[in-house]
Amino acid sequence: MMELVCPAGTPAALRAAVEAGAHAVYCGFADETNARNFPGLNFSRDEMAAGIAHAHARGAKVLVAINTFPRAGEAGLWHRAVADAAAAGADAVILADVGLLAHAAGAHPGLRLHLSVQAAAANADAINFYAETFGVRRVVLPRVLTVAEIAAINRETDCETEVFVFGGLCVMAEGRCSLSSYATGLSPNMNGVCSPASHVDYAERDGAQEARLGGFLIHRTPRGMSVPYPTLCKGCFTAPGGAQKAQTGHIFEDPVSLDATDLIPALEKAGVRALKIEGRQRSRAYVAQVVQAFRAAVEAAGSGAPMPHGILARLTEGQAATTGAYAKTWR
Amino acid sequence: MDLTVGPIAFFWDAARVRAFYAGLARAPVARGVIGEWVCSKRLPFWQGEIPGAVEALAQAGKEVALSTLTLITLRRERRQTEDLFGTGLPVEIADMGALKYLPEGAPFWVGPTVNVYNEGTLEWLARRGARRVCLPPELPMASVARLARAGQDAGVAVEVWGHGRAPLAISGRCYHARLHDRAKDSCQFVCGDDPDGRNVDTLDGQPFLTVNGVQTLGRAVTTALPHVAALRDAGVSALRLSPQVGDFGALAAVYARALAGAEPAPMDVLRGLMPEASFADGFLAGMAGAQLSPEAG
Amino acid sequence: MTRAFLLHLPPPPFAPALLGKGLSALLQGIARRHPSILVRLGAYGGADFLLDVTDVPVLLLMSPAAGRMRVFRRSAVPAHGAGIRGSLAAFLSMLHGVEDGDALFFSGALTISGDTAAVLALRNALDDAEIDLTEELAAHGGAWVHGLSDWLARQSGLVLSRRGT
Repeated sequence: MMELVCPAGTPAALRAAVEAGAHAVYCGFADETNARNFPGLNFSRDEMAAGIAHAHARGAKVLVAINTFPRAGEAGLWHRAVADAAAAGADAVILADVGLLAHAAGAHPGLRLHLSVQAAAANADAINFYAETFGVRRVVLPRVLTVAEIAAINRETDCETEVFVFGGLCVMAEGRCSLSSYATGLSPNMNGVCSPASHVDYAERDGAQEARLGGFLIHRTPRGMSVPYPTLCKGCFTAPGGAQKAQTGHIFEDPVSLDATDLIPALEKAGVRALKIEGRQRSRAYVAQVVQAFRAAVEAAGSGAPMPHGILARLTEGQAATTGAYAKTWR
Repeated sequence: MDLTVGPIAFFWDAARVRAFYAGLARAPVARGVIGEWVCSKRLPFWQGEIPGAVEALAQAGKEVALSTLTLITLRRERRQTEDLFGTGLPVEIADMGALKYLPEGAPFWVGPTVNVYNEGTLEWLARRGARRVCLPPELPMASVARLARAGQDAGVAVEVWGHGRAPLAISGRCYHARLHDRAKDSCQFVCGDDPDGRNVDTLDGQPFLTVNGVQTLGRAVTTALPHVAALRDAGVSALRLSPQVGDFGALAAVYARALAGAEPAPMDVLRGLMPEASFADGFLAGMAGAQLSPEAG
Repeated sequence: MTRAFLLHLPPPPFAPALLGKGLSALLQGIARRHPSILVRLGAYGGADFLLDVTDVPVLLLMSPAAGRMRVFRRSAVPAHGAGIRGSLAAFLSMLHGVEDGDALFFSGALTISGDTAAVLALRNALDDAEIDLTEELAAHGGAWVHGLSDWLARQSGLVLSRRGT
């Protein structure tokens, strides 16, 4: 059976994920060392140790994401995060930065290393490079590949692969995007935040509701309709004409979320080792429902049964679902 | 401090590429990086120009390196990357994965789309043979200063994004094709219509971003001009200029004069040269990248 | 299931003034019994949160770090750093944590003003606290609480207990 890797932004969500059937939970420390450094989220050192003990007692693993890029002159914060994760009994750390990988491989030779999606290793050569150079055992694939390309990668590498199957969808190669810092000064790579809430402004103007990020208008909806969170790449923009026809709309990506449930059998056939659910910023109730549904789907795939349908329709409510880059037409 | 000219980001036809490098040979820059940086589908249209461009720059006494793609996924792209290392010229990697093809002990350069955020990564690259590193544009001055010092200790020349729309993101999806309701595989090369990229504004008309095929750039022209003195003091060894339409030689001359400590206030000269453009230095100034700091005047 | 139920409840049959007072007491009780909320809020605990429960005639101003809850007339909106507005049902749904906060906020059931980061911090801190509304209500002795509790149970046929969902 493929391993189901589930998000936990809080200790309560970790417990909920384990109870719902997660094989592994990923989470991070409450600071800039992880790529979901959101207000009110993540784990203190004590909470991490307790969470790992809780998961281990129930047969689940904990993977600690330390997947931002250490700030020059302050790598100590990131080195301590790796050391503390190892001391707390983490089953693996999820890293993106080459310098940090080199440090972890040298200082913690027994620690299992996973390559974060933030490293955007998008082909077999890159993956083999990380595996051979740092002993990386698993790579989380960037969301730019088709199922056929994933299968081809697995034929060319012994490194385990993990892919996203549900939740928010980055349309850019992860870890290689500065859109957020261009608009706000804070970026996923440096600060662990994208389109940070601290720079979000909701206001009503001329009978419409506006959501701005760093002063840039990202969404405008008529009064009474819901305003989406102003995630930059999901915004509504206009490309003025000139040589061409002017275009207005979701120029980068529609406000959709990823649901690759139907592709689970194909991903298993493609040699994927683990399926990942996005959403460390989501509530424990959401985590529990999604994990439960995907555990059932993974078990069905393992026994050749058809994928259960419509189980998550309510959670993508108001949002269309997409299979993203896994289908070639998305590009 | 001197000037490096990065690879052409946009889809220019062969004639435009040829004219650009012929002009660049006469410009006051120390080196150039040549190659398809964004989309491998464009390469067949202009790759015939590469040998002539290399020769033009080399004959003018400039250093030359060949650039890899920013995002290498397809088998064809992997082969092309491997071929670059076989040319004997230095290769500038734009994707960390390109290091897989690096011949043992061969020196290489590192472009601004590779994540070099800290001394650990810089030193690791230096041990692998990196000779030059252009830092990611989003780094603030404090990080630049530390990395420039680390570069001096490790024998790596550290460059900073000096001029041009900053590369902000790379994707598997082509936004140019999407603007024309096409998929990437049937794009019909619409990005060729926009030799400086396609503008993207907010719904209330504020200039915001630039789309260039699978790449997204800032709309403002990022410039390090207000920070030249600080960068020199920090030990930065070069500014990187990104090719754009227009009189590039004159543009390079503005930066060359600034490096030489010239008056008058160079921002005014830059504005005179590009009257339609808006400028930004927010990344270096530790602000939002789209902003222009008070130091810029 | 519980979330759908909470969002579709008719307004409770209580004197409006009593509701404001009761809600204020409920929130103060939650804060007292779940000190982890304040810890998780971190610096955002210092913010003043204006809670605008649309079917309650008064406004509540919550200051977590100061451990203070104040009641204001709707005509006298106090200065605040962050605001959350929505029906009582939506607020209780957030407190009880059976629904994803993202869904509540971005479906329009709850709307945010001011410091969005502080509101998200509050949402995440509440979610981690695993608040059980039945237990919280039971911890109160006031007549309004028993009334509300009974009314919720009558409307739902469910027990609003964590262990029941």
